[in-house]
Amino acid sequence: MSVRDYIRERFFPQMWCPGCGHGIVLNSLLRAVEQLELDKNDMVMTSGIGCSARISGYVDFHTLHTIHGRALAFATGLKLSKPKLNVLVPMGDGDALAIGGNHFIHAARRNIDITAIVMNNRIYGMTGGQFSPLTGYDQKASTAPYATIDQSFDVVEISKAAGASFVARTTAYHAMEAVDLLKKAISHKGFSVVEILSQCPTHFGRRNKQGDASSMLELYKKNSAKLGSKALENNPELIARGVFVENDTPEYCREYEKVIQRATKGKAS
Amino acid sequence: MNKKIKFVQGNEACVAGALYAGIDFFAGYPITPSTEVAELLARQLPEKGGKFIQMEDEIASMCAIIGASLTGNKVMTATSGPGFSLKQEALGYACMAEIPCVVVNVQRGGPSTGNPTHVSQGDVNQARWGTHGDHSIIALTASNHQDVFTMTVDAFNLAETYRTPVILLFDEVVGHMREKLVVPEPGELPLVDRLRTSVKKGVDYHPYLPREDGRLPMSDFGAEHRYNVTGLFHDMWGFPSNNPKIVNELLHHINDKIENNVQAITRYKEYFLDDADYVFISFGSSARSAIHLAKNRRARGEKLGVLELQSLWPFPSALVREKCAKAKAVIVVEMNMGQVVKQVKSAVDRPEDVFLANRIDGELITPTNIKTLLRVIQGRGV
Repeated sequence: MSVRDYIRERFFPQMWCPGCGHGIVLNSLLRAVEQLELDKNDMVMTSGIGCSARISGYVDFHTLHTIHGRALAFATGLKLSKPKLNVLVPMGDGDALAIGGNHFIHAARRNIDITAIVMNNRIYGMTGGQFSPLTGYDQKASTAPYATIDQSFDVVEISKAAGASFVARTTAYHAMEAVDLLKKAISHKGFSVVEILSQCPTHFGRRNKQGDASSMLELYKKNSAKLGSKALENNPELIARGVFVENDTPEYCREYEKVIQRATKGKAS
Repeated sequence: MNKKIKFVQGNEACVAGALYAGIDFFAGYPITPSTEVAELLARQLPEKGGKFIQMEDEIASMCAIIGASLTGNKVMTATSGPGFSLKQEALGYACMAEIPCVVVNVQRGGPSTGNPTHVSQGDVNQARWGTHGDHSIIALTASNHQDVFTMTVDAFNLAETYRTPVILLFDEVVGHMREKLVVPEPGELPLVDRLRTSVKKGVDYHPYLPREDGRLPMSDFGAEHRYNVTGLFHDMWGFPSNNPKIVNELLHHINDKIENNVQAITRYKEYFLDDADYVFISFGSSARSAIHLAKNRRARGEKLGVLELQSLWPFPSALVREKCAKAKAVIVVEMNMGQVVKQVKSAVDRPEDVFLANRIDGELITPTNIKTLLRVIQGRGV
């Protein structure tokens, strides 16, 4: 199959702004699925609300575009009811960690076999550029005209603390690295988080004077470094990229099979 | 003794009904007075290979059952007052995306935290209008455990038939009271499964293109047809659209499929209505007091009758009008500040002859409470 076989061409062109990083995330995700040779009938994508959430319309999987912040809760029901399905949940930063923060930490705690992708553009784009929990301190947004005083979550740290068994981070600049990380995340049996920094030139970039899409991508290149690299060692202020957690904590759906075993044995005796 | 006869709480009767109806998946969150539903299903669902999950909150529980319904499961959640409020957004999603599910609300006193361990019937209007936007909804209720069982089975059947959330509006007295339940034999009550598409693999399936009869055959997530589901207005592919024609047609469709079938959805019972001068209209535990009073006064020659509503939404206006046509007065017995009485007034020919007998203090309304009002209406004094 080619990457094109995984999209719904009928619904293109997509609705994102010129220069948006989300198209790069979609591209990396499709390549990951294609390289893993996954059957489209086994693929489900569940999304919430926001620019990022529209990604589900364009992929030729079973797709569920839900309500703001709750994509992981829908996905949890879906996955537990039919564990053979491969469930991908792309979310924006506000979707995943503001309104959806509770579902995010609990899905990680359960370690249910879902791949969460945080498409982090540090802004609410669809509503016109309000700050999110990932915008960070001293940034401009339409609801922070005097700059933010809010501190940011660190997606990697919160995922680790909540119990995710696979945690990785990359950026839209590192599209091939993203393919590799997404392949690992999708193949991992447990709750996987991949944070992908994705530029929003329309709102974040414009308000914070980061230039156009290519300058923003350049910044990702300049401001990040691979885990274990010399560059990171020399400058720990850089954004670390790579795999932060990969362990084999018991997976929720498999554990539930044990519950069924216990319940049915109890009945027989 | 016949094993099928049980002495149970109403919440247990609801669980027995759900299992009889073929529930596969339940997601819930602890809340009084509905918690027993979750506790019993945590034990009994895995015994038949079904799935139970305790979610992180009420919102997540509602979302999880919608996700599970899409893979072809029969699904339910259960809650009470505050939890019912929290579920409303996702409930509207199920209306819009037309996903079958059953939502139990064992009513307690509100608003807010209210009176968690005491009875109320204050969520009637919330069941109808809790979620935003024009939509229609089915809500069933019951006054005794046999009917709790039957209405639970019916709720699953209606959800699967109309591709819609169905609300089971029980109350604390019915939920916690213990009485007899006779579990029907398999096959005794009809069970309905959702209509599934006959469109073959490789042929275009239009998940949101209604057939001539208005129904939309489904395809399970994981099966051979891949499609989009959204809470946005959507076209026949399930893809978002704000085309005015599509918006207009879809809004009519999700309302009409229920409002055009009021008669088929209506459930009720009647007691001594044929020659009744005074008609009580009630539902849930308050109907027990109305029925008790009517029986007692009948023995003394007073012509009292009861119309017990078992479906509250869509409201059976035609039925109410017909049954009240000859009554000198109609007394609506409910434990709220007058939610069903407004529907009754707008349904009957003489709204001035409709009265409210209510109690809102967390105690079950008694036959004596109702009798006091009846005597005033009859001009006999208290």
